[in-house]
Amino acid sequence: MNNATDLAQVIPQAADYVRILPEIVLAIFGMIVMVLDPLMDERRSQQTLGALALVGSLGALIATLFQSQYPGLGFWNMVRVDSFSVFFHFLVAAVTAVVILTSYEYMAVQGIRAGEYYALVLFGALGMSLMSSAVELVLIFIALEISSISTYILAGFRRRAAISSESSVKYFLLGSFATAFFLYGVALMFGATGSTSITVIGNALRSGPIPVLAFVGVALMFVGLGFKVAAAPFHIWTPDVYEGAPSPVVGFMSTAPKAAVFAVLLRIMFEADAPGRVWLIWIVAALSMTLGNLGALVQDNVKRLLAYSSIAHAGYLLVAFAALPNNGIPAAMFYTASYAAMNVGAFAVISHIGGEGERYVTLEDYEGLGRRSPLLAATLTIFLLSLIGIPITGGFFAKFYVFSAALQANLVGLVIIGVLNSAVASYYYLRLIVVMYMREAREDLPLPRIPLGLGTALAVSLAATIYLGVLPGRVLDYAARTAAEWAR
Amino acid sequence: MSNALDNSMLTLVTFIPLAGALLLVLFPRRDRDIRLFALVVSLLDFVLSLHLPVHFQRGQTAFQYEVNNLWISNPNIHYHMGVDGVSMWLVVLTTFLTPLCVLISWKSIHERVKEFFILLLVLQTALIGVFVALDLFLFYFFWEATLIPMALLIGIYGHERRVYAAVKFFLYTMVASMFMLAAILWLYAKTGTFDFVSIQTAIGNGQVQNFAGAAPWLFLAFFIAFAVKVPVFPFHTWLPDAHVEAPTAGSVLLAGVLLKMGTYGMFRFNLGLFPEQSRSNAWWIMVLALIGIVYGALVAMVQPNMKKLIAYSSISHLGFVVLGIFSFTQAGLDGATFVMLAHGVSTGALFMLAGILFERRHTYEIAEFGGLATPMPVYSTFFLFIVLASVGLPLLNGFIGEFLVLSGAFRDRAVYGVLGATGVIWSACYLLWMYQRVFFGKVTHDINLSLRDLSGREQAALWPTAVVALVMGVAPLLWLNAIDPAVQTALAPFAQFASKMVGR
Repeated sequence: MNNATDLAQVIPQAADYVRILPEIVLAIFGMIVMVLDPLMDERRSQQTLGALALVGSLGALIATLFQSQYPGLGFWNMVRVDSFSVFFHFLVAAVTAVVILTSYEYMAVQGIRAGEYYALVLFGALGMSLMSSAVELVLIFIALEISSISTYILAGFRRRAAISSESSVKYFLLGSFATAFFLYGVALMFGATGSTSITVIGNALRSGPIPVLAFVGVALMFVGLGFKVAAAPFHIWTPDVYEGAPSPVVGFMSTAPKAAVFAVLLRIMFEADAPGRVWLIWIVAALSMTLGNLGALVQDNVKRLLAYSSIAHAGYLLVAFAALPNNGIPAAMFYTASYAAMNVGAFAVISHIGGEGERYVTLEDYEGLGRRSPLLAATLTIFLLSLIGIPITGGFFAKFYVFSAALQANLVGLVIIGVLNSAVASYYYLRLIVVMYMREAREDLPLPRIPLGLGTALAVSLAATIYLGVLPGRVLDYAARTAAEWAR
Repeated sequence: MSNALDNSMLTLVTFIPLAGALLLVLFPRRDRDIRLFALVVSLLDFVLSLHLPVHFQRGQTAFQYEVNNLWISNPNIHYHMGVDGVSMWLVVLTTFLTPLCVLISWKSIHERVKEFFILLLVLQTALIGVFVALDLFLFYFFWEATLIPMALLIGIYGHERRVYAAVKFFLYTMVASMFMLAAILWLYAKTGTFDFVSIQTAIGNGQVQNFAGAAPWLFLAFFIAFAVKVPVFPFHTWLPDAHVEAPTAGSVLLAGVLLKMGTYGMFRFNLGLFPEQSRSNAWWIMVLALIGIVYGALVAMVQPNMKKLIAYSSISHLGFVVLGIFSFTQAGLDGATFVMLAHGVSTGALFMLAGILFERRHTYEIAEFGGLATPMPVYSTFFLFIVLASVGLPLLNGFIGEFLVLSGAFRDRAVYGVLGATGVIWSACYLLWMYQRVFFGKVTHDINLSLRDLSGREQAALWPTAVVALVMGVAPLLWLNAIDPAVQTALAPFAQFASKMVGR
C-alpha cells in the first residue's frame, strides 16, 4: 500500500463525506449539545440546547437537500445516496425537528432538566438517517443500534415515573433480543451468499438457486426488523412502552425509526430480492392489522390506543411490501411519510394535554375538548380522521395507494382484510372524536395556552397531512421515480 | 352564453359553500353575523345553481357543464365533473334546501353557532360534489366527505341519544362504503382509469379482464354502499335513530338530500356500469323495495313520535324510488327521479314543521298535541298542504312521481305495481291520521293554547317549499324534460333486453 491509488482506496475522499453529510451535521450538533450541557446554568440551558438541537435537525434537512445533488456510492460501497435515501433522510430530519419543537413545552412542564435529551434525539436521528442510506448489512446493524440505544434511553426519561423506567427496561431487553435476531440473520445471509452487501446478495440470489440458508436468514432478519416496526406477532412490547415513555418521544419513536426500518426492509425485500417475501409478509400484515385494531378497540388510555393503532398501521404498510416493486415501493414510501405527519402531530397534541406527570391521558380527560379548546380539538380530529383514512387527509391516499398496489398484484384476500380492518379502526378513532365533541366539558382540567414551539410543530404536521391529502401527486411521483431507479 | 362561465359553473356551485365555511372560521363569534353570512352564502349558491337548469341543453344526452382536468397523475385521477338531467336537479335541490336549513336553525341553534354553520356549509359542498363527480375517485372522495359533517351535526346538536345515533350512522355508512372503495379499486386496477365514462365504455366493449367473474361481486359492493344510504329494507335501522336525534337542519338535509345519494348512486353506477347484473338482480331488489314501502308505512303508522313517523315514511317513499329505478322503464326511472326531488322538498318541509313545533314544546310526541288548528292556524295550513303533497294528492308534487313509478313497475310486472300502489294508500293513512291527532279535536293540553303561530322567518322558510310543491305538481314537465334524455341514455343498454322481452 505504498502507491497513490492504494492510498486513495483507504482514505475517504471528499465525495465520501458528502454522502454522509446529514449524519455529520447531526453528530456535530449532538456533541455540541452534550458538551455545552454541563457548562451552562441548569435552569436556563434548556431553551438554548433545544434551539441548538433544532438548528441541528434543520441543518440535517439542508444537508440532505445539498446531498441530493450528488447521488452515488461512498465509503467503499457501504452507503449509497439515491433518491430513496434522500426521501427518508428528509423525513427523519423533519420529524426530528417537529419532535424537538414539541419537547420544549413538555420538558418545561414535566420539570425535566437534561440537555442530553436533545443530544439523544439527534443521535437517534443520525442512526435512522444512516439506516436509509446504508447498503451493507453490517453498517445497517450499526445504524440500527445507534438509533435503538438512543430510543431505549429516551423512553425512560420520565425518571420520576416508575412506568417510564419499566417502559425503558422492557424496550431495552426485548429490543436487544430482536437486534440479536437481526444479526443472526445477517450472519446466515453472509453464509448463504458470501457477502453482506445488499447489491451483491441481490445478484447472488437472482443468478443461482436460492440456498435454504437464505430463507432462514431473511426470516430472522425480518423478525428483528418486525420487532422494531411493531408488527404482529412481535408487537407485544408496544402498548406498555408507548404508555410509559414521554409523549414527544413516543411521537418520535412511532414515526422516525419506523420509517427508517421500513426503508431497510424495502432495501432487503426488494433490492436484495428476498426469497419467500410474499407469504411471510402476507401473514404478518394480516396479523398486525387485525390484532392491532382489535386491541385498540378496548383501550381507554389514549397513548395505548395509539400504540395499538400504530401496530395496525404497520400492518397496512406491510401490505405494500407484498405487492409488486413498481407499485409497492412508492406506496410504502408515501405511507411512511403520511403516517409520520399524522402520528407525530397526534402525539404533539397528547403531550400538550397530558400536563404535569402526564396525568391526563385517558379518554375521559378529552371530554368536551371541542368546547374548551376548539382549535386543539379540530387539529387532533384532523389527525384522527387521517388515521381512519378519510379523504382530504394524507392517511386516505396512503391507504389508497397501498391497497391499489396490492390489488394490482392480485392480493385480493389481503385487501379485503385490510378494508374490513379500516372499517373496524374507524370505530376507536371515532370514539375519541365523539368524546371530544359530544360530551360535556370537564372544567376541572387545566388547559394551558399553546406555546409557540408546539404551535409550529402542530402547524407543520397539519400542513403536511393536508398537503398529502389534497396534492399527493408530487410526493408519489418522487417515490415512483425512486422505484423506477431501482428497477434499472 | 360565455363558455368560461359554463365551464366553471359546477366548480363554483360546489365550492362556494366551502369557501364560505372557511371564511366563517375567521369570523368573530357574533352569532347574528354568522347566521346572516351563512344565509347569504347559501342563497348566493342557490342563485348560481339556477344557472344550470336555465342554460341546460334539454335535448342533449351527454353530460353538460363538464370540466375535466388532471388532478393527480399517478394514479390517474381527474377532476371530472358534469351533470345530466338527473344530477342537475339533485344539485339544485341541495342548494334550494340549504338556505332553508339556515333559516330554520336561526333560533334553535344557540350554542356553538359558528361550528354549526361551518359544518352545514361543508356538508353542502360534499353533497353537491357527490352529484357532480364523474370520476369514481372524486365521487368516493365526496361520498366519504359527507359523513363527518353529518355525524358531527347529529352528535353535537342532536337530542338525548345523539352520540349513539351519530356513531351508528357513521359506522353503518362507513363500513358499507368500504365495499364500494374495494370495487372502485378493482375497476381501477383493471382499467387504469377512474373516469366514469371511460370505465363505462371499457365495460361495454368487453375490454376489462376477468369482468364476467367479478361483475356480480362488484355490483353487490356498489349496491350495498348505496342500499345502506337509501336505506333499502334490511339496512334501514340507522335511519330512524339518526333522524330522531338530529337537529332539524340535519334531518332536512339527511332526508332531503343524503338519502338521494344512495338512489342516485344506484341510478348512475349500478345501472350505468353493470346493466346485465342490474337486470338479473332486479327481482330481489324490487322485492326489498316493496317490503320497504309496506314495512316503512306500517311502522310509521304506529309511531307515537312525529319525527320517527316522518323518518319511517321516508323509508317507504324511498322504496318507490328503488322500485322505479329497477323497473328499467322510462316511466319508472322518470318517476323515480321525480320522487327523489318531490320527497326532498316535501319531507324537508315536514321535518322543518316538526322542528318548529319542537322549538315551542320540546317534544315530538303526537299525544302531547291535539287541536293545534285553533292556536296555530297558519302553521296548520302549511302542515296540511305539505301532508297532502306528501300523500300524493293530484296537482301536488308527490302524485306525479309515484304515479310514474307505479305505471313503470306495473309495466315491468303487474304484481309490483299493485303492491306498490298499496303504499300510496298507507301513506294517506298514517300522515292524515297523524294530522288529525295533532291538529283537530279539542285542545287537550292547556299549554298548547298559548303556542305562537309561525313567525315571519319560519314562513320565509316554508313558503318556498309550498310553492315548489305546487309548481312541481302542476308543471312537472319543467323538470321532466331535462330528466327524460338522461333516463333514455341510462336505459340504452337495456333496450336489447327490452326488445327481447317484446319479441317473446
